[in-house]
Amino acid sequence: MSDINLTTAANAVALPPGMIGVNDARAPEKTEVPTETVGVVTVAEPRMSARNINVYYGEKQAINNVSLDIGKNEVVSMIGPSGCGKSTFLRCLNRMNDTIDICRVEGEIMLDEEDIYHKNMDVVLLRARVGMVFQKPNPFPKSIYDNIAYGPKIHGLARSKADLDEIVESSLRKAGLWDEVKDRLAEPGTGLSGGQQQRLCIARTIAVSPEVILMDEPCSALDPIATARVEELIDELRQNYTIAIVTHSMQQAARVSQRTAYFHLGTLVEVGNTDDIFTNPRHKLTEDYITGRFG
Amino acid sequence: MTDTAIDTASVVRQSLKKRYRAERRFRYMGLGAILLGVAFVLVLFVSIGSKGYTAFVQSQIALEIYFDPDVIDPEGTRNMEQIGRVADFSRLYKNALKARFPDVTGRREVRELYKLISNGSTYRLRDMVMSNPDLIGTRQTLWLVADDEIDMLNKGFIDRDVPESNRRLSDRTIGWVDAIDEGGSLRKAFNWDFLVNGDSREPEQAGIGGAVVGSLFTLLVTLMLSFPIGVAAAIYLEEFAPKNQFTDLIEVNINNLAAVPSIVFGLLGLAVFLNFFGMPRSAPLVGGLVLTLMTLPTIIIASRAALKSVPPSIREAALGIGASRVQSVFHHVLPQALPGMMTGTIIGMAQALGESAPLLMIGMVAFIVEVPGGPLDPATVLPVQIYLWADSPERAFLERSSAAIMVLLSFLVAMNALAVVLRKRFEKRW
Amino acid sequence: MALYLIILVLLAFTAFAYNYGRKRALAVAGTERKSRLHSLPHYYGAWTAIWCSLPALLVLGLWLATQNTVITQFIIDDLPREIRELPAERLGLVVNDIRNQAEGAIVSREVSPEIQAAADQYSRLKTTSRMAMTVLVLCLGIGGGILASRFIAPQFRARNAVESVIRALLILCSSIAILTTIGIVLSVLFEAIRFFEKIPIPGFLFGLEWSPQTAIREDQVGSTGAFGAVPLFAGTLLISFIAMVVAVPIGLMSAIYLSEYAGPRLRASAKPVLEILAGIPTVVYGFFAALTVAPIIRDGGGLLGLDVSSESALAAGLVMGIMIIPFVSSLSDDVINAVPQSLRDASYGIGATQSETIRQVILPAALPGIAGGVLLAVSRAIGETMIVVMAAGLAANLTPNPLESVTTVTVQIVTLLVGDQEFDSAKTLAAFALGLTLFLVTLVLNVIALHIVRKYREQYD
Repeated sequence: MSDINLTTAANAVALPPGMIGVNDARAPEKTEVPTETVGVVTVAEPRMSARNINVYYGEKQAINNVSLDIGKNEVVSMIGPSGCGKSTFLRCLNRMNDTIDICRVEGEIMLDEEDIYHKNMDVVLLRARVGMVFQKPNPFPKSIYDNIAYGPKIHGLARSKADLDEIVESSLRKAGLWDEVKDRLAEPGTGLSGGQQQRLCIARTIAVSPEVILMDEPCSALDPIATARVEELIDELRQNYTIAIVTHSMQQAARVSQRTAYFHLGTLVEVGNTDDIFTNPRHKLTEDYITGRFG
Repeated sequence: MTDTAIDTASVVRQSLKKRYRAERRFRYMGLGAILLGVAFVLVLFVSIGSKGYTAFVQSQIALEIYFDPDVIDPEGTRNMEQIGRVADFSRLYKNALKARFPDVTGRREVRELYKLISNGSTYRLRDMVMSNPDLIGTRQTLWLVADDEIDMLNKGFIDRDVPESNRRLSDRTIGWVDAIDEGGSLRKAFNWDFLVNGDSREPEQAGIGGAVVGSLFTLLVTLMLSFPIGVAAAIYLEEFAPKNQFTDLIEVNINNLAAVPSIVFGLLGLAVFLNFFGMPRSAPLVGGLVLTLMTLPTIIIASRAALKSVPPSIREAALGIGASRVQSVFHHVLPQALPGMMTGTIIGMAQALGESAPLLMIGMVAFIVEVPGGPLDPATVLPVQIYLWADSPERAFLERSSAAIMVLLSFLVAMNALAVVLRKRFEKRW
Repeated sequence: MALYLIILVLLAFTAFAYNYGRKRALAVAGTERKSRLHSLPHYYGAWTAIWCSLPALLVLGLWLATQNTVITQFIIDDLPREIRELPAERLGLVVNDIRNQAEGAIVSREVSPEIQAAADQYSRLKTTSRMAMTVLVLCLGIGGGILASRFIAPQFRARNAVESVIRALLILCSSIAILTTIGIVLSVLFEAIRFFEKIPIPGFLFGLEWSPQTAIREDQVGSTGAFGAVPLFAGTLLISFIAMVVAVPIGLMSAIYLSEYAGPRLRASAKPVLEILAGIPTVVYGFFAALTVAPIIRDGGGLLGLDVSSESALAAGLVMGIMIIPFVSSLSDDVINAVPQSLRDASYGIGATQSETIRQVILPAALPGIAGGVLLAVSRAIGETMIVVMAAGLAANLTPNPLESVTTVTVQIVTLLVGDQEFDSAKTLAAFALGLTLFLVTLVLNVIALHIVRKYREQYD
């Protein structure tokens, strides 16, 4: 665990001063919402990088000028009190907010040098590359097999039935679910337990072979044992995928992520290596949150 | 594994065009379905409107009528009662026609000539004389209702180019009509008769007045029974009923009755109300009873929804200050739910107004000329009148049938508009 | 005394009783009424009024409902033996004559002295009955009021008593639903059983020929008629099938478009327009089918060299389909909206397009609900009457060809029962047997459909 942290820490590079983020010294001890982010928002090898994101729901601004990089093969966790905009930000990363009529996004989010909000960007393609796992396990009311096969089928990823079988098996294996369900692939996915359902949903996302997986509080509906199982899975997935996870549990963020971003009332207050954030928060708000003064 | 990621992107990119084509196709199919639905509405209205609007005017022929004392009162008694019983008032217009076309001779021709005018004019002339005996001996120019065939000709529904043998009117008759027209004695006037008369075998005398009044009585009976009963049932089920098998049974029954074919209610009416209880056939009372049973489920379901939308806090507030359950319901919940219940009732009434199948079963299809005077008189209703006319061979009845539909639809539109207004006006968000 | 007058007098009694009860309550309470009366004074008034009106109205209703049957029985008992022992249908005619004679209407034959005597007797009985009823009802009103007012005492719990009466009335009103169902079952069942005594059930259900003519003379050839209902069932199914072929795709697709694609403005304007179709009376559809659609189809078929009946199943089915569109579309709309957003999110989240999501996720998830809705629509199509009466034929052809004329169960019920009928002939009874079949089939369809829909709702609640 610790060596991984070291490598990601090395990933972080300093920005030209004054651009984004305050690089040094502790932020002044104020509790009102800050306008600038404490810590380094960029990484050396970004998979996605968001710049100056503002999100509005009708008149209401939900996200205020947030910039953040998500590096290759790292797990970035986003924490913060309810309504701080962490889920909204996550949903911007694969344009899930498009499904909400009144939602408007400003700013620039790059995925491998492509602006995902550019008019030439195709949402279908984007979402195939940036998959998403939701708060509540939401398997389709189909068989386990069809749940996994759905993505590859619509995207035409499998050339044959055998191909498809292989994708299903490898996805279920990667999600650590294969041994539990291999004998009942034809049974409905809704018949699994909550934790299995959530891993099924993760497998369903993996089956499309995305580059990035977004997870929106994936364990909030699960019991501790199922949670531990999913966390283990996330750690394994980091070998192959870039993961951004929103969580309300600080312990979870500490356990699974290399970098942590703390959101407060629509702004990104502080970003840093997970260890640093939890042991040595620089911003007063972060410290208050982590020490449990509010949340 | 990075390879597979790139792989995904390129594979997806290749298939995108095809998938978007499918997307567009699906979208157009949906849009097409809606447009088709809207088109059906338009076609329906246009086809009925274009067939029916002409029925609101009626051809009339101006004739100079001589109220000939020799015809009306040959004995010179001026006994009006006697005159009303025996005098042949049709002579008056027949003589006038003969005077208008003096060179028409021969029995066949003369009889054909008489057919220019509706024989309903007889009663009109009679009524004129009976109410004003001074007319006897005078000359009056009157607009008399033309026969339906003449009306059709005047409205352009009879093709003059068709050979005479295939036409309902002879060349001779058409010649007379043209002559009358040239003399300025043919006009189309607003057709009051259509709105106030009862049914008739003669299209030009047939009207929807009787059917409208029949519908009115039927609806009145339906409303007076179904509203209180429906509201009471809804109150019981929503506010008082314990959850047990009896109330379950009631609920299942209500839901099923809402989907039972309406004609089955007609069979019920025939077997129970007519044959068992011996109620009169063709009476709006029986029609109203049958329609009550038919609309009750609608009203109960709507009323329950209205009661459900009243928040429990209102009930608790009333109970909390010591009101009984009955008091809390009748003083506080019911007034809040009443607009919703009324909306549901109006919709139920609109349903009842348009219903005809069960009424066929209880004899409301009889040919009834009189405008009914009460809920026990034989009557028919507007939809059944439409059905009867649609079955008649005469072109003029077809026109009247369409026009009756227009009247029926405007009643329905008015009722639904009322329901919408009620809902908008009293809609509450808790 | 006329009926209206009796009711009016009874109402006046009731109003008086209310007032009297209230006054009496105040009187027995004395000066410190507030503290001594159990309930508010008007409850005592209501209590008296209820007892004055309810029993009297109940008796009035019962009397009116039964008097005809009872009087007729008296008359029959008094008739000479040879008339009394006539078969039931002939006897019915005689009784009708007697009734008509008594009421001064036209009688179908020469009036024999027995009939005349019976008619006079009928009139006498009727007058007596009316008088007895008037006296009884008014006495009950007064008696009930007086009896009730004697209960009035300060400790009498008038409010509770009145409320329990109200409750009983509410229960009674709710039970009407059950009574209606029982009434339907009994009214069709008895006649249907009598029909099945003449025509065995298998012959009715599986017979291939339907021609319900009844003979004018007993010995006429084919006097029994043929009552094999298969052609009717086949015709009903054919027309319903055509209707569903029209209604299900259009209804479903428009529901999908309205709930998934359309913006709020289109939804707000297109939805009510489609709902207009649901509010149009069926007789209007029948008119449209018979006089607009059928000629178009016949002429169109003629152009193509097809021989199309002017009462083709296609015309009736097509228009019935149009009628059912809003039904299917609003039920599907409900069902589609009940599919949770999380399933849509899941599908969009892995990059499905909207139509892929709808076709492969939403529709399969909504399938049970949609199936339930379609079953309800089928039940409605089977029971629809006016469209087929006006646009479908009378000839019972057993054919799958939609261009030919077929007849349906409902058409036959109407034709058999409209107009003058003898109540006992196989022809009339056949209508009730058909009615029973129709009721049972639609009942089963409805129960299944409602069950499916309820189960579906519970799944996503």
